[in-house]
Amino acid sequence: MTEVAQAPSEKALQEVALTGDEYRLAVQMLGRHPNHVELGIIGALWSEHCGYKTSKPLLKRLPTHGPRVLQGPGENAGAVDIGEGLAAVFKIESHNHPSAVEPYQGAATGVGGILRDVFTMGARPVALLDSLRFGPLDEPRQRYLFDGVVGGIGGYGNCIGVPTVGGEVYFDESYRHNCLVNAMCVGIIEHSALTRAVAAGPGNPVLLVGADTGRDGIHGATFASVELDEQSEERRPAVQVGNPFLEKCLMEACLELAGDPRVVAMQDLGAAGLTSSTAELAWRGGCGIDLDVARAPRRERGMTPYEVMLSESQERMLLVVRRGEERAIQEWFARWDLRSDVIGTITDSERLVVRDAGEVVCDLPLRMLIDDVPMRHPEAVRPAGLDALLARDPLQATPPFDAATALLTLLASPNIGSRRPIFRRYDHQVGDDTVIAPGGDAALLRVKGTTLGVAVTTDGNARYGRLDPRRGAEIAVAEAARNVVATGAEPLAVTNCLNFGNPEKAEVFWQLSEAVDGIAAACESLQTPVVSGNVSLYNDTTGVSIDPTPVIGMVGRIEDVNRRLTPAFVAEGDAVYLVGPVDAELGGSEYQRLAHGVAEGPPPRLDLDLERRVQQAVREAALQGLLRSAHDVAEGGLAVALAECAIAGGHGVRAGLSEIPAIEGPPSLAAGILFGETQSRFVVSVEKESEVQLRALFDQRTVPYRGIGVVGGGRITVEGAVDVSLDDARAAFDAALLEPHA
Amino acid sequence: MRFGIAVFPGTWSDRDCAHAVELDGHQAVMLWHKDRDLQGVDCVILPGGFSYGDYLRTGAVARFAPLMESVQEFAAGGGLVWGICNGFQILCEAHLLPGALVRNASLQFRCEPSWLRVETPDTPWTASLRSGQVLQIPVSHGEGRYVADEATLDLLEESRRVALRYVAPDGSPVGDASPNGSLRDIAGIVSEGRNVLGMMPHPERACEPLLGSADGMELVRSVAASLARQASFA
Repeated sequence: MTEVAQAPSEKALQEVALTGDEYRLAVQMLGRHPNHVELGIIGALWSEHCGYKTSKPLLKRLPTHGPRVLQGPGENAGAVDIGEGLAAVFKIESHNHPSAVEPYQGAATGVGGILRDVFTMGARPVALLDSLRFGPLDEPRQRYLFDGVVGGIGGYGNCIGVPTVGGEVYFDESYRHNCLVNAMCVGIIEHSALTRAVAAGPGNPVLLVGADTGRDGIHGATFASVELDEQSEERRPAVQVGNPFLEKCLMEACLELAGDPRVVAMQDLGAAGLTSSTAELAWRGGCGIDLDVARAPRRERGMTPYEVMLSESQERMLLVVRRGEERAIQEWFARWDLRSDVIGTITDSERLVVRDAGEVVCDLPLRMLIDDVPMRHPEAVRPAGLDALLARDPLQATPPFDAATALLTLLASPNIGSRRPIFRRYDHQVGDDTVIAPGGDAALLRVKGTTLGVAVTTDGNARYGRLDPRRGAEIAVAEAARNVVATGAEPLAVTNCLNFGNPEKAEVFWQLSEAVDGIAAACESLQTPVVSGNVSLYNDTTGVSIDPTPVIGMVGRIEDVNRRLTPAFVAEGDAVYLVGPVDAELGGSEYQRLAHGVAEGPPPRLDLDLERRVQQAVREAALQGLLRSAHDVAEGGLAVALAECAIAGGHGVRAGLSEIPAIEGPPSLAAGILFGETQSRFVVSVEKESEVQLRALFDQRTVPYRGIGVVGGGRITVEGAVDVSLDDARAAFDAALLEPHA
Repeated sequence: MRFGIAVFPGTWSDRDCAHAVELDGHQAVMLWHKDRDLQGVDCVILPGGFSYGDYLRTGAVARFAPLMESVQEFAAGGGLVWGICNGFQILCEAHLLPGALVRNASLQFRCEPSWLRVETPDTPWTASLRSGQVLQIPVSHGEGRYVADEATLDLLEESRRVALRYVAPDGSPVGDASPNGSLRDIAGIVSEGRNVLGMMPHPERACEPLLGSADGMELVRSVAASLARQASFA
């Protein structure tokens, strides 16, 4: 190497997000100073985004094995067996920082990135989901971000032709300066065609396929690993621009090659572009790689090797092919008018060697870049003041409105009301598989040629997490599983996205650690291992962190899609049951936020053993065909769940809770029962003729249940507490996300 | 019957269309945009999608594909051509159908159910249906607002070339509930020779009760029956 490397300035280290200690460690490992290119590469691979240097020790606590797991964490996406020789391949990933700066492109490229993770494995993407968080929707800036993000998700997904079938969105002060955009993709593939990103065979050529490399997105990985500040707007160049049409061609061409013996490995280019893709691909196979950036086609003149290696230009793939087959593979891509270039070869050196027109500009050991990422073990401190917050009694506050007004207010909340204004902007049908469209608990996709269905959902409630990050995380898993069960499906496995603040703060690291423990406990209990995931830390702006927001993506399977259930009440006269416990818990509830403007007191309790039994009992009832509808009781509690079933089905409901003496008690207690977000519950409806059988099943499974009413009429009533017309309820629900003047 | 299904780069309803015609027992033949050979198919489907990314203007680039030269000849000879969504846009760009499809009045993409009234049984796609029959078939597009000058619209109406019109579920005028604000609520039109149909909604997504509606299959069956009648006369 001609460049004489010397110690970089503090500014240069900041640019690559390395501390002085980390730099000195790198020098020690190398026995010399890294040059400019090498420093950029080390910074990217040692960033939180690529190297998980803070979260890795915690993530080891997650359960990752199970009888259905075909591929756990460590690949581009996880995979589980869904029967009939087929696998569901899925992953969730964040694109928070780019979306906060440039909402449309930030969200669009988030979708593009997660799609590549799935088709890289050879699986055809069949569903997209998005978990979104913004500040209060009545603020113009938040409306702009929301509109841009929804537009970007639709812009990419609609164009590429993969249906966007689900997700969730919440609005809370916590996200005013740090919106969250997590995108999940699910694909289906035959077990035998699963493709791994494991390089093999020294001498095999490495192909770069797809888009030319430009200056966009340089330092995206490190951008994602620092806090946002006033200057973040200037980082707009760190946000990439998506080209869904190019990705569509790339996807079809790559899917045609899935399982082709000429292709040794496939790897997409995501965070840190060529740097992470080449390094990870080679190192997974215990190989080395030798590439020449001069052979990578560029979008503009004068790009340095540093820029080529760190560019995050979208819609690019890396393939290792058998020596001698490169011409044939290139011709294959040319059929799709896709450019491909041989940019290097696999070696047995265990090193990442980068050349610029033959001259070596980087020569680093891969072990150092990937296995020897210096771990950070920050201090974990329980936030001061949390105990005081938890000690408050949410049932002490006097309700500002009566129960009927409360119900209409909750239904009109942007956190609860109809998501139709969002999902009608997404093509949620293309592929001809969408059996349960967005708007219910989980979406359900049939698998053509079988009776199988795949249920998919995302979940996460950060207000619980603020009060108790462990419980919040447990509830996120439990509720995601409940969403899946509400369709009649069996929860199989989890992908998670951990959205937190700056982990260098002891209180944030404590939240992260607690949340990981919560996910681990719930996933163990519900037997849904974690097969893939992503960590997004540094969601802070000018020193303020977001609430801990672990988002759980879950996939389930149903043996026969004809046994599916939705929340919608089906027929007048059906009996309505509440399965699960009755309680009055308002801590961290949507009711508490709307009524009192706070999130305080203990969040809902969760007994994982009870949760599992309730879920199994409801699934068994669905399997036996005893149920006509099922709905998870979540935000807004029992009253909102009843209203949602009524609105979805176009049938009113007459409920009575007279067996529960407290309903006649003080108004705050009644509010707790009606609107409290007590866990482990479903509202189900059942034909009169099946009631005896259903009760017997629940008795046998020792789960709490009670008949609470009858489907019918044009009103939603809870005796002695609520009486609103179905039309009024629907009007409130439908308007929740619309712009006030629209 | 053999249905040819055009595949442009960016087409995404090709596999759905193949699935739908195969469900009814027909053969689907994929036609690659760079080829000219229509492989003797009985009907060509131009499916939905974003051909060439729709970056210039929807359908504007696809009309120049080599395959389209053959489709033009096929249509000129009376062959049945069925443009769905992006396919309708391509047919307008190729002047096989009059008018144009512009941005939805809402300025947003819309994916939702729509209800279509059959306006005439005098097309191969509606020959087996009743005039006034209402079909539930979803839309999924950002640019589906049908526009044409008044004279063209009048001509289409007078010559009964408006095949499908957006309506309310009960068959009454759709009013503000139109998914895209199409002039005269036009959802689908046929060519002068009545052998080319362009429609924005996606019948291939409405061919099984499992997916919410099987009304789209009625169009498939009708066109297949028309083709069978043609064949028996030939």
